[in-house]
Amino acid sequence: MERYIHAPLDADTISSLKAGDFVYITGTIYTARDAAHKRMSETLAENGRLPIKLENNIIYYLGPSPAREGRPIGSAGPTTSGRMDKYTPALLDLGLKGMIGKGRRSREVKDAVVRNGGVYFAAIGGAGALLSKAIKKSEVIAYEDLGTEAIRRLEVEDFPVIVVMDAEGNDLYEKTAGDVVRNGSDRD
Amino acid sequence: MRTIQTAEITKQIREMCIEANYFLSPDMKQAIEKAAETESTEIGKHILGKLCENMKIAGEDMIPVCQDTGMAVVFMEIGQDVHFEGDYLEDAVNEGVRQGYRDGYLRKSVVGDPLIRENTKDNTPAVVHYQIVPGEQVKITVAPKGFGSENMSRVFMLKPADGMEGVKQAVLSAVKEAGPNACPPMVVGVGVGGTFEKCAILAKQALTRPVQEFSEIPYVKDMEQELLRKINETGIGPGGLGGETTALAVHINTYPTHIAGLPVAVNICCHVNRHVVRVL
Repeated sequence: MERYIHAPLDADTISSLKAGDFVYITGTIYTARDAAHKRMSETLAENGRLPIKLENNIIYYLGPSPAREGRPIGSAGPTTSGRMDKYTPALLDLGLKGMIGKGRRSREVKDAVVRNGGVYFAAIGGAGALLSKAIKKSEVIAYEDLGTEAIRRLEVEDFPVIVVMDAEGNDLYEKTAGDVVRNGSDRD
Repeated sequence: MRTIQTAEITKQIREMCIEANYFLSPDMKQAIEKAAETESTEIGKHILGKLCENMKIAGEDMIPVCQDTGMAVVFMEIGQDVHFEGDYLEDAVNEGVRQGYRDGYLRKSVVGDPLIRENTKDNTPAVVHYQIVPGEQVKITVAPKGFGSENMSRVFMLKPADGMEGVKQAVLSAVKEAGPNACPPMVVGVGVGGTFEKCAILAKQALTRPVQEFSEIPYVKDMEQELLRKINETGIGPGGLGGETTALAVHINTYPTHIAGLPVAVNICCHVNRHVVRVL
């Protein structure tokens, strides 16, 4: 099924999304990958404050290539989500609702998605040139020193993703690539 | 004896890093386009179609095919009658990488220390493999390697008694475990024999062989074809979302080994399998 939705997300939209749906996202999303997750986790432990508001938002696991002059961003496809598994349940418990990446997630992430009514999307891995076309604006808003791993606010228009794991815990990879949680967090 | 200026090496490496990241080699491009035609599942065909569109946009708009523009792996086959003049050769290689990643708007994905993890901000150092060969030419292969698939690669120290079946099982288990994480359709490079480190280098070299070119050793070619068929029967499919096109090729390189061992390395590459070759 094809769906056009807005970000940040709302509960009705999330509960209507089913694993396997083709979804086009328009609105505001945030990027964070390995180093930003590690730092957010450390910051949370220190003072409980994060540089972005998590409630109802989507995090895109992305480290873009540099933008040429006059363009909002360079190549911008997803990185492997499993490396963020260690940090993700805590973020979901704080209000994060959506994630965009690629690849399997851990049992703990799946439980946290179901517990909090979240959703996990996959974008097409290795299609960074194509995906960059759906990103209209990009601004570094935190952790600038991390370079490509800084946190960016993106304005996206019909950004194409596929629902891999819905709020009920159904996951698309189970049918194709074995259980989504088979080995999410330990090795990749 | 032939003299080559290392400044020339820098210039070539710079251009090759940029070329590799904007234009997939013709063999890879053809393999993806062919798969987009033959794939029979709707979702698989859809994803492969998007990958074709992605390649087109990358070349036309000069946006890297993938944002993970890789760690630069460089194979240098150096004729033993070549004399280098200028800076130290490896510095010249790294200078080429530095210039290519800066001037080509490529992502800086290298950290200077694996545990302290501070980005070097110029994508150096490269991983350079040297081989001394007869003659007075230098053959350079630049193969920027993304880590979504690199992380799913494996080394197995099998027993001689495991034999051919053991090797096939090792390859299949690595591919199944890689699944959607390695951005299928993949190219699977396999090294069999040698030592612990030799099989890994063989596997990496196997990824630089043009896709659909098979081993010249008949039994190895048979294994490559059988494994490709079995991998494509797993149903993992493009993007790991289901379909028949899980791998575009399986390349196996072999080397003599010890009476007690059967080392096997499986180096998995995503569909952005980059390799540019130049001979000086």
